This record gives sequence, structure tokens and C-alpha cells, in this order.
Amino acid sequence: MAGGKLIPSSARVAPGLEEQIARLIRQQGGRADALIEILHRVQELEGYLSPSALRTVAVGLGLPLSRVQGVASFYHLFRLAPPTPHRCAVCLGTACFVRGAGDLAVILANRLGVKLDDLSGNDLWALQSVTCVGACGQAPVLVVDGEIQTRLPVDDPETLWRRLAAAGLPESPGNGGQDPW
Amino acid sequence: MVTPPPATIRCCAASGCRSAGSRALHEALEQAASCGNADARPRIKAVGCLKLCGRAPLVAQDLPDGSSRLYGGVGAEQAQALVGPLIGPNQASLAPYAMDQAHPFFALQQPKVLENCGLIDPESIDDALAHGSYTQLRRVLEGFTPEQVREQVKRSGLRGRGGAGYPTGLKWDTVALQPPGPRHVVCNADEGDPGAFMDRSVLEGDPHRLIEGLAIAAYAVGAQQGFVYVRAEYPLAIERLRLALQQARAKGLLGPRLVGSNFQLRLDVRVGAGAYVCGEETALLASIQGQRGTPRPRPPFPAQSGLWQEPTLINNVETLSAIPGILREGGDGYAALGTPTSKGTKVFALSGAVRHTGLVEVPMGTSLRTVVELMGGGTPDGTPVKAVQTGGPSGGCIPESLLDTPVDYESLRELGSMMGSGGMVVMGETTSMPEVARHFIHFSRQESCGKCIPCRAGTVQLEQLLDRFVERRAVPEDLARLEELCTMVSCTSLCGLGQAAPNPVLSTLRHFRAEYEAACREPRSCEPRTACRIPRVAASGALS
Repeated sequence: MAGGKLIPSSARVAPGLEEQIARLIRQQGGRADALIEILHRVQELEGYLSPSALRTVAVGLGLPLSRVQGVASFYHLFRLAPPTPHRCAVCLGTACFVRGAGDLAVILANRLGVKLDDLSGNDLWALQSVTCVGACGQAPVLVVDGEIQTRLPVDDPETLWRRLAAAGLPESPGNGGQDPW
Repeated sequence: MVTPPPATIRCCAASGCRSAGSRALHEALEQAASCGNADARPRIKAVGCLKLCGRAPLVAQDLPDGSSRLYGGVGAEQAQALVGPLIGPNQASLAPYAMDQAHPFFALQQPKVLENCGLIDPESIDDALAHGSYTQLRRVLEGFTPEQVREQVKRSGLRGRGGAGYPTGLKWDTVALQPPGPRHVVCNADEGDPGAFMDRSVLEGDPHRLIEGLAIAAYAVGAQQGFVYVRAEYPLAIERLRLALQQARAKGLLGPRLVGSNFQLRLDVRVGAGAYVCGEETALLASIQGQRGTPRPRPPFPAQSGLWQEPTLINNVETLSAIPGILREGGDGYAALGTPTSKGTKVFALSGAVRHTGLVEVPMGTSLRTVVELMGGGTPDGTPVKAVQTGGPSGGCIPESLLDTPVDYESLRELGSMMGSGGMVVMGETTSMPEVARHFIHFSRQESCGKCIPCRAGTVQLEQLLDRFVERRAVPEDLARLEELCTMVSCTSLCGLGQAAPNPVLSTLRHFRAEYEAACREPRSCEPRTACRIPRVAASGALS
């Protein structure tokens, strides 16, 4: 868990980021109870919450760094490491699960050559599971780089393979482009 | 005679239909309409959920004679026909997409909470006002004392729609009768149960109804500020709610001197960050205050000591959205619907192995069979339904043989499940129950906040035990161990998440024990293999 990492005190904030964070904190009236809101906004700036950004937030809000780090590591949506350039999320909510999303996750992991929920992925792609993206009526669903793909035909390998390719999901060089069927 | 074109075309703009391309459809409709005769141009309106999400994107035509038609699965190619007059070629080309509104899926619905959902443009307060939004808030502020409001809510028999079913009027009284001082209202819109999207549909389709309900609640308990805590996974709902709040403030329906009265109310949105446990009320309060979302022991209950240690009323989206309707019809009018212990209507999100997926709002006491088989149309391939899961990770699986059970808080609890927030996932013959149980325990294990040991460690152990059943390497003693562990976790966990986490295991053990026994290795205690289909994931394990 990233939550266990120590934050080096020498970490420097990217130029400009410090001012941006200070502005975000001012917008929230410097209120410590807006910490989660502020962390959301900071994550939008950098794509993740870097150690130096967390330190800047802690100083700006007058909170112990442990408290800021504790909150950042508690919530699933906060990333403490830079995200991979491409991301695929497979929904494992109950409706998708009943319609074969478990199989789909295995197929995707094979195709991309990554492990499910290993956020470092293969440096280019990472595959994560989510529970419910709210498209239960069209299960099973995927989100590929922000684009939702619905009604994936898990029982029809050929069509599925084509749909995944059309969604921009590459075949991992690791499996030699082999169709796992 | 010339058949006039439709007066209004309502295009669903909720996330379900958005994911099926309703935005492109909306643009195509706008374009097609702008080409027509300027006098007879239909108005194209973006609306909230039109309920049959499985046939997304959905479009409704409102005809000049007051009737309406509904189409599903339409694309931009149909835009021209949709905006045109309803004559031969148009009608013929739309026929394959037309939905039968006399089908039980639509006919048996009794929209109360969702009455304006799918009718009004959720981004326009004027449209909402034209459909009666904020009428009850005005009425209450002009002529009701807080006690009178609470009296109506008590008479309605409304119970919390978030899952536990605590009487809403009683909760309001508890908050209102605390010693003088500041109070808060909080709307729990952290709808985290997988397979549940009722609250999202209200937020996306009719946010003003929620704001009105919350404002009435604040008046009834004497609160001057409040929060709506929405999960971050609902970006569209957050966007529309924020817009609705802005519009309400601009119209003087929120803020100082509400509607010219002496009552003031400030409402803010707080966005979660992906923690299921924040749906638990004390965890939610911690999260609103910018802390880790961990629950704390109760008492004191939030009604006594909540946000900043001040009395706080927490209600779910659906509960608060029922309030304007209750005041309009009177508490007794609302109580006329439903069963003796569960009044009114309940919204369910129907999904899984069912032909018609989407939102249904039915009176309490409707049987599960009516919802699943009559309204939902059974499984897509016509095979028998095996079970219906209600209550999400805190609920359980109800077997087909018990589908005649009426839907109310007590009946579902007796079957080892619960009402929950309203997710209803239908499972077909091929779904393996130990695997379903593992699915939910896996979820609870991931979402356990880690504060208390029974939940943190117990869910890990439960998942490992269930792995043995799913992979068919369990021994008969594992069954006893599983039951023992379930009891321990549910009796000793700190909050509702941990206490209810074993429910999916216990309910499947109770109704589908043979499947667990069939997964045991010792032949003596084995059921024949045919008693249990081979789980899907185990079959696909060969891939890796």
C-alpha cells in the first residue's frame, strides 16, 4: 500500500503547483473540513497526489501531514502514484458479474498482459476493477480511457475480440498476439 | 387530414442512456427538428431516466392530443422519423423501436418519487417549477409549524429508504427535540451498493425534488445548514445537483429569508472519494468533515451528536424525495399505499439476468414475482429464475420458490435478506451461489475500513474459505467453520457494513446449501455433481 511510504522532506513541488494549491485552498476558505474536496482538485492538476503536493496541502490547511496522508490513502479514488497513460476499468458490480464480468476481467488481463488492480500495469496500460458505473441495464460494461463500452458479448469470443480491438485495447506482446481461445 | 408532428420529444439524458449514445441522438433530433417547418417544430427536451434502461437510448414523443409514445434502442438514423408527422412511412420505420406502454413494466408502476423523472428537464428550474416543484416548500413555510410538518411525516408511516427502515418521522422528532442550538441536515447520496441506481436517477432526473424535500426537512427540525454527500462515481448527478442548487439560490428558494419567510438554509454538496463505508452514517459524517471515513460506535446517534457534535438529521435521497409528495397528499393519503408496516412506494433498480432492466417504482407489498417475472419479463432466454438478490452486499439471495413474498422491510428480513437501498439483481440458472457469496465478501473485504478487527480480518478469512468452495476443494468441516465465522463477524463488528457483510453467505447457505455441500471434497457428504453447475470463473480459469 502506498499509505505506508514515507514522504521525503526534500520533495519539491513542481513550479506553479504550489501557487495553484494555495489558490484552491483559498477558494475553500482555508477550511480543514474541505480537505477531500481540495485533494480532488489537486489530483485533477497532476493526475495523482504526489508527496510534495500532499505536503503543500498540509501546510496550507495547517493540518498534520499524517492526517492529510491518512485521508489520501484511505479513499480508493485518490492515486498516490502517477497513473499509466491508458486505463481500462472493468465493472465487477453485481449486475455485470451475473452477466459474466468475472470472465471478462480474466480475458482483459490476458489481452493487456497486466494484473487486475495492479495500478502500475505494464507502464502503458493498467486494468482496474470498479463496482458499478451505473450502466447496470447494459451489463457487462468497461470503461476504456473514459469511454464506456456496453453489452460486451462474453459468450462470443470472436465478436468480443473485435469489440475490444475497436475500443483501442491492444494485445499484449507478451502473449504473442495469441488469441487465448 | 394531416397528422401533426409531436409537440415535444423527450430524450433521456441520464447516465444509462448517455452510455448508449443518447447525446448524439439528442443532437440529431435537434438538427432534424430545425430543418422542419418553423410552425410545427417539436421541442426537443433532455429529460431524466425513462426507466427501461435496458433498451437505451430511450425517446418519448408527446403528441398534441396529450398521449405519448415511447421508443427504445433508437439511433441518430431514426431522428428524422421521430420529429416528423406520425404518418405511414415514419410510423412504419419507427415500429420496430416502439415500446408497448401497456406492458406491465410500465403499467404496474406507480411513480411517486419518480413522478417528474423523465418528464422535466433536470437542468431547468423553470420546467421543474411548472411541474409543481417547491409548491410544498412554499406551502409549508407559509402555513405550517415544524411540528405540523413532522406530524404529517409521522402519519405517512414513511421509513428510511437507505436500507435500515427507521421511521422517518421519529428520527425528525429526535433531532427537533434536542436542546436548543444549531442543527444540520444531511442527505446521504452515497449510493454504493453495486446494482443500485435509484438515487442516481433522482439526482440526474429531478434534483429539485430532493432539494425541496431537504429544505422541508431542515425547516421541520430547525436546521439552517446542510450537505448532500454524493459519491464521486456519479459525475453527472453531481453536476446537475450543483446546477439545481445554484438555480434554487438564484430564485430565493435557498439562502437567507427563504421564500420571504424568516427561515434560512444553506446547502452544500460534498463529494465522496470512493469509499463504500461512507454510506454508514457516522462514517459519512466523518467524511463530510474531511476525515477518513471510519464509523464510530453509537450512541450517541447523529440525531444527538453529529456534524461538529451538533444534532444532525441524515436521510437518504429517496426518503427526502418522498417528502413533497407526502405533504401534497397528506400523511394519511401516502399511508394508504403499501402494507401495514411498510407504507408508500419503493423504487427498485432491476438488473442482472432479466429481460427488462431499469427502474421500477411499485407500492410496498408488491410481490417479488410481480416485479421480476411480470414487470421484468423473467430471464432473457426464458429459463427459470434461480434467485433474486436484494439489499446489495448487506442483503441476500431469495430463491425462486419464495418469489411470492411481498416486498416490505419485515418480509425480506425474515428471508435473511433485506430491503437495502433497492438494488434487485436477478440470477439465472447458471449462477453459482457460493460464487455469488464470494463476490459480495470480496466486495466487503475491499471496502472494510479496517477500524474493527472482526470485519477487517473476518472478511479476509471468509473470502479464503469461500475460495475453497468455489474451487471445489472444501472439506465438510469448512461448512461449519463458515457458519461460525459468519456469526462471529455479524455479532461483533462495529458498524452495519461488518454486521451485514456475512448476509450474502448466510442467505445462500440457508436457501442453496446443496451447492456448498456439492463443493465439499469428501464423497460421503457430496451431493451429486448435477446439483450444482460448474462456476463460470472456475471454467475460465483455464485461460490463464
